[in-house]
Amino acid sequence: MSILPTWCPGCGDFGIWLSLKNALSGLGINPDGGVVVYGVGCHGNMYDWMDMYGVAALHGRTLPVAQGIKLVNRALPVIVVSGDGDGLGEGGNHFLHAAKRNPDITVLIHDNQVYGLTTGQASPTAKAGFKTKSTPEGVVDESINPLTLAITAGATFVARAFSGDPTGLTEIMKAALTHKGFAVVDILQPCVTFDRVHTYQWYRERLYQVAQQDTRIQAIEKALEWGDKIPIGIFYKEDKPTSEDREPVITDQIPDLQELLSEFI
Amino acid sequence: MSSGTMFARTFSRAGYHVLATNEYPSRIRGGHNLITVRVATRKFEALNRDLHLLVALNRETIELHKQELNKDALVIFDPKDGEYSGGIPIPLSDIVTKLGGDPVMRNMVAIGASVALLGGPFENLEKVIADQFKKKSADVVTHNVEIARAGYDFIKDEKRLFLAPPEKKEEQLVINASEAIGVGAVRAGLKFAAIYPMTPINALITFLADHAKSLNIVYKQPEDEIAGINMALGASLAGARSMVATSGGGFALMVEGLSWAGMIEAPLVIDLGMRVGPSTGMPTWTEQGELQFAIHAGHGEFPRIILAPADAADAYALTVEAFNLADRYQVPVFLLTDKYINESQWCVPKSVMSGEVFIDRGKISEEGKPRYDLSVDDGISPRSFIGQKGSTYIANSYEHDETGHMTENSGMRIAMAAKRMKKLAAMKKDIRAPSVYGDTDADVTFVTWGSTRGPVLEAMKMLRKKSRLIHFSWLYPFPAEETAQLLSGATRIINVEQNGTGQLASLIREHTGILIKEQLLKNDGRTWYPEEIAEKVGNV
Repeated sequence: MSILPTWCPGCGDFGIWLSLKNALSGLGINPDGGVVVYGVGCHGNMYDWMDMYGVAALHGRTLPVAQGIKLVNRALPVIVVSGDGDGLGEGGNHFLHAAKRNPDITVLIHDNQVYGLTTGQASPTAKAGFKTKSTPEGVVDESINPLTLAITAGATFVARAFSGDPTGLTEIMKAALTHKGFAVVDILQPCVTFDRVHTYQWYRERLYQVAQQDTRIQAIEKALEWGDKIPIGIFYKEDKPTSEDREPVITDQIPDLQELLSEFI
Repeated sequence: MSSGTMFARTFSRAGYHVLATNEYPSRIRGGHNLITVRVATRKFEALNRDLHLLVALNRETIELHKQELNKDALVIFDPKDGEYSGGIPIPLSDIVTKLGGDPVMRNMVAIGASVALLGGPFENLEKVIADQFKKKSADVVTHNVEIARAGYDFIKDEKRLFLAPPEKKEEQLVINASEAIGVGAVRAGLKFAAIYPMTPINALITFLADHAKSLNIVYKQPEDEIAGINMALGASLAGARSMVATSGGGFALMVEGLSWAGMIEAPLVIDLGMRVGPSTGMPTWTEQGELQFAIHAGHGEFPRIILAPADAADAYALTVEAFNLADRYQVPVFLLTDKYINESQWCVPKSVMSGEVFIDRGKISEEGKPRYDLSVDDGISPRSFIGQKGSTYIANSYEHDETGHMTENSGMRIAMAAKRMKKLAAMKKDIRAPSVYGDTDADVTFVTWGSTRGPVLEAMKMLRKKSRLIHFSWLYPFPAEETAQLLSGATRIINVEQNGTGQLASLIREHTGILIKEQLLKNDGRTWYPEEIAEKVGNV
């Protein structure tokens, strides 16, 4: 284990790492008082520099693992650290279904439009025209918008933040962690090695703070804005029963089946 | 299948031994649907080809099954479907119509008539019908009883089949292996199951979903099998006994997760209900095609345990054992079942499933010890549950050190891989030697695993020559020494499997060097009949 992260100097992951630790300590979540489930990608390597319960899951499988933990131990804060490729490519189906169930889980998506760990291919959030190692003539497909996807799929807390603003990101993470339900935070972050276009400067020139919207439709409209102006903040929030609320509470007791067995006589 | 179950229950409650199987095409309505019920005064292990009563709800049924009829067999048919000389015409449709029933209720008339032909009292059937439909409404019960009664009364005075009186026994369950696995799992302390629907394990879903609230367990339907195994592993990491169930195609999707379970040393029980493959195959037909798949599934090397029940009683017992083994060795444990045992209704004494259950949760960590402690002799480090005070670690899909942090260090990799594989040696004390049935000085030695045990045991009763069966319910790690010893003196060994390649024979060759030249293999999706086996062996 290295003492310091192995991310490239200037990587957006540093800001997310810092903000997450700030948010956890700010909320009094101790190393054994919560769990972070990580995917595979540059983001996932964060587990090595976190002193708390961690699950380094398979690529794309963070959300099912997180839901399994939460359904067993509903008092435990469960956080998912995932990437745009991990969570929306390999794990896209899990994302849709987790959102519709509304488990009390916070999902932090490291969104930098590229696969850094495999040295710079296009991710599902890569915008059309973006040139990468797997798209030398530019991305031809439409990009996935994590916010509109989350809102339409049923997520009950949807926000976007910027890794270059750890103070703002920490506050949004705290709000997401405090929200009871499926909270998605799309975190814009530059990949300083494989993306020369979307730099810290590029984002800073465009980002502006958005107010929480009243309806899903309004939130979707705001979330579709991308270009000269890019909104960040909490787009949408609502209270709904969680996935765990609808399930029996697990106890240590082992039931006696004498009566149940009579069904089979 | 419910009419087969009702018929079987009517006789099991009276003290008979029963077995009901089904054959049906993979579609929701129509096609040829067949339910076969065997009723006997003494315990038996499989169906046989000796058909005494055929209930034909359409003309096609007579054409398809008349070859199988015993020479004195009775055939119930509806004259509306055409005449059949020598059969018993019963106006099934007219009776239902007269009593204001739906056309599908013809089966109730037929059940009533069948019970009458076997000389059973109507009261037994009436109680079974009442229990079957009580969840619906009192009216539904009354209506079904009335229609069955009409069928019964139509026959009444012409009892034509002789059924010896039963040997009075204790209460018996009529239960399929999927349900038996559910019962075993809950009794073993199952708390979480994530199961995507797939034939032939759907009865387990129904059992768990129906009883989740009253038993305080979580059954979750995942979006796919990949999610299913990852949810179950999350639940396992959090300390709950958890399981998944699927068939071959679904298991193919789980393989990546299986490998993860191997790496993080998480206990998990996997019910792999085999059906005819490859691919979508013949989804509602039985096969034992995935023994070698289960042994070899997963990228990389890691230990696992594979058990294969032969029937519902066996499925119950092996399920309880599977959960203990999973926790004791922190490995995935397979229950290799198949469509035949999962969807057949077996007769099991209630006491089999209501005795004391021994539970071993294995080594649980004390505060401060690293999760993947390398100092353990048997490779099994005490584990902590996620959220447990003071025992943080990382359940890591990457190779890791004792605390779960990633490593690519040569020495640590070797030590950690060796620690995991050491469990194979530790498991030796729990390995079940193959069961032996029959004569020790046998002319013929059969070899089976899982559900082929029943037909072979019945075939052995038909043979005049001395025979013996060596049956495997524990398949992996393979009991090599015991097998070599058991087979060493055998003169004629016959391997019987429900597949096309003889996967157990390959396994025996691999681990003992013994080549079994004679094999009875069947891969048409239909269970072996004892007669087929006996005829092929000769000297019946």
